[in-house]
Amino acid sequence: MKPYLAQAKTEIKLALTQGESLLVTIGIPVIVLIGLSLTKALPLPSSAHSAADFLVPGTMTLAIMATGMVSTAIATGVERSYGVLKRLATTPLGRPALLLAKITSILVVEIIQLAVLAIIGILLGWHPTGNVVFFVISAVLATAGFAGIGLFMAGTMKSEVIIGAANGIYLILLFIGGIIMPISSLPGALEAFARLLPAAALSEALYHSAGIGGSVPLWAWLNLIIWAIAAPVLASKTFKWDQ
Amino acid sequence: MTTIEVNDLYIAYGEKIAVLGVSFQARSGEVLTILGPNGAGKTSTVESIEGYRKPSKGSIKVLGLDPYADLSKLAPFIGVMLQNGGIYPRMTPLQALGLFHGYYKDPQEIDYLIKLTNLGPALKTPYRRLSGGEKQRLSLALAIIGRPKVVFLDEPTAGIDPEGRLAVREVIRDLKSQGVCVLLTTHELDEAERLSDRIIILDHGKIVAEGSPEDLMTAAHGDNIRFSAPVGLDLAELASAMDAKVVEERAGEYLVSTAAVPEQIARLTSFLASRNIAIGDIRAGRSSLEDVFFALTGKEMEPEASFTDKPRSRRRR
Repeated sequence: MKPYLAQAKTEIKLALTQGESLLVTIGIPVIVLIGLSLTKALPLPSSAHSAADFLVPGTMTLAIMATGMVSTAIATGVERSYGVLKRLATTPLGRPALLLAKITSILVVEIIQLAVLAIIGILLGWHPTGNVVFFVISAVLATAGFAGIGLFMAGTMKSEVIIGAANGIYLILLFIGGIIMPISSLPGALEAFARLLPAAALSEALYHSAGIGGSVPLWAWLNLIIWAIAAPVLASKTFKWDQ
Repeated sequence: MTTIEVNDLYIAYGEKIAVLGVSFQARSGEVLTILGPNGAGKTSTVESIEGYRKPSKGSIKVLGLDPYADLSKLAPFIGVMLQNGGIYPRMTPLQALGLFHGYYKDPQEIDYLIKLTNLGPALKTPYRRLSGGEKQRLSLALAIIGRPKVVFLDEPTAGIDPEGRLAVREVIRDLKSQGVCVLLTTHELDEAERLSDRIIILDHGKIVAEGSPEDLMTAAHGDNIRFSAPVGLDLAELASAMDAKVVEERAGEYLVSTAAVPEQIARLTSFLASRNIAIGDIRAGRSSLEDVFFALTGKEMEPEASFTDKPRSRRRR
């Protein structure tokens, strides 16, 4: 327990003191939320009562993706290339507690991100209807899926490649993840492709559970569940602890 | 008490076999050094004992545990200093010491470790901006913070500063007096000779010699006289003057196989004096560890080799 607590404290501190990481996890989601709510520069779904009802769940999706995937991939990739993971393996911390500490840190950072976005959202006229339980379940499933993708990258790629790949995926999913505009406004084939990725499923789930209400469509649940299982399994099968 | 027991260890990376049937033991309170040239299998051997890789064949016990299978049970009792890295690049020595302090039940006082490794001036500098020596000293401090029973130091003096060299010596002396078993790998023969109770020389994945530094140095060639002088002396002429076999081991390094008695040294020096030949140095008596190493492996130790001697691919974990 003591090694886990020491590690979790460190992971959280590292996550909250890294400038580039904060830009991706908090800076960009906040800028997107405020900017697009005020300018309404991009199309909104016809079902949305206000811009914030769509953009708050959208930027929350972006925030979860940033922490689960981008930060986890980059931080863990650096740790791997510096031999940190290798060194920690021979301490009493051990690998299960290390993983648990990383999960703890991801959840703590996400709670901070979601609180910040919710407060700004309320100021921008966010009046969510929905279901808190579904909100939490979909956020947790998506976190598992994104963290699995992040750890897959961290465990198989060189750290320079990871930085490019993680930020690139973040940027692509920003546009085709139902985050800043509904995927229904994408061309047909791209929309169908977007539905296979975890970002669009999470934004859809959050749009219903913390936006306009109504039930989360089955495709979104299936998508989130499959990614939540497949990505961590892939990561654990391919992970190399040192390079 | 036997602390490390290695039995018929084989390690293969695909087709390439790095370690071929190595067996040895180490006791508590003993400093055991593994010496060997590039690719001799030193790091593969040590990393198997640390629990990082599963032997292809053979068995390893550390404190009675299988380090690969029971690493989580063993981890509280071992301290590891990797060849390089191992610390978060953004973390300062103070933060790293604090974090590792949190991993162990009865850790060493941080202030004591800072003093021991003289890290005071660098405490608040992020790891990636520390000098090579400071990195090594921090890594050393982290290896002993948990009051381990077995300590692994993989090339602790590679690229280290003089302060670090002293710290390594002091730490090893300290550990020894507390009955800790220290397993050291190094390329530096001086350090090995100075620090070790026992030395194992590995070459091509096999043990080619084993013993205390004194044993190795006396056993290698017995009595002889070595000297350095210009390249290409007339060996036959010198041999008849000395009434002994003479060889030029390396360019300008001569070995005279004769009893290292004053009369023979006098014969040698008068021979050289009569021909006005300058002497670089002259050693009589036992061989130096470097001579032993050269005789056994046919290679000279190269300090920079420490950065290239580990297989970079096909790690198991």
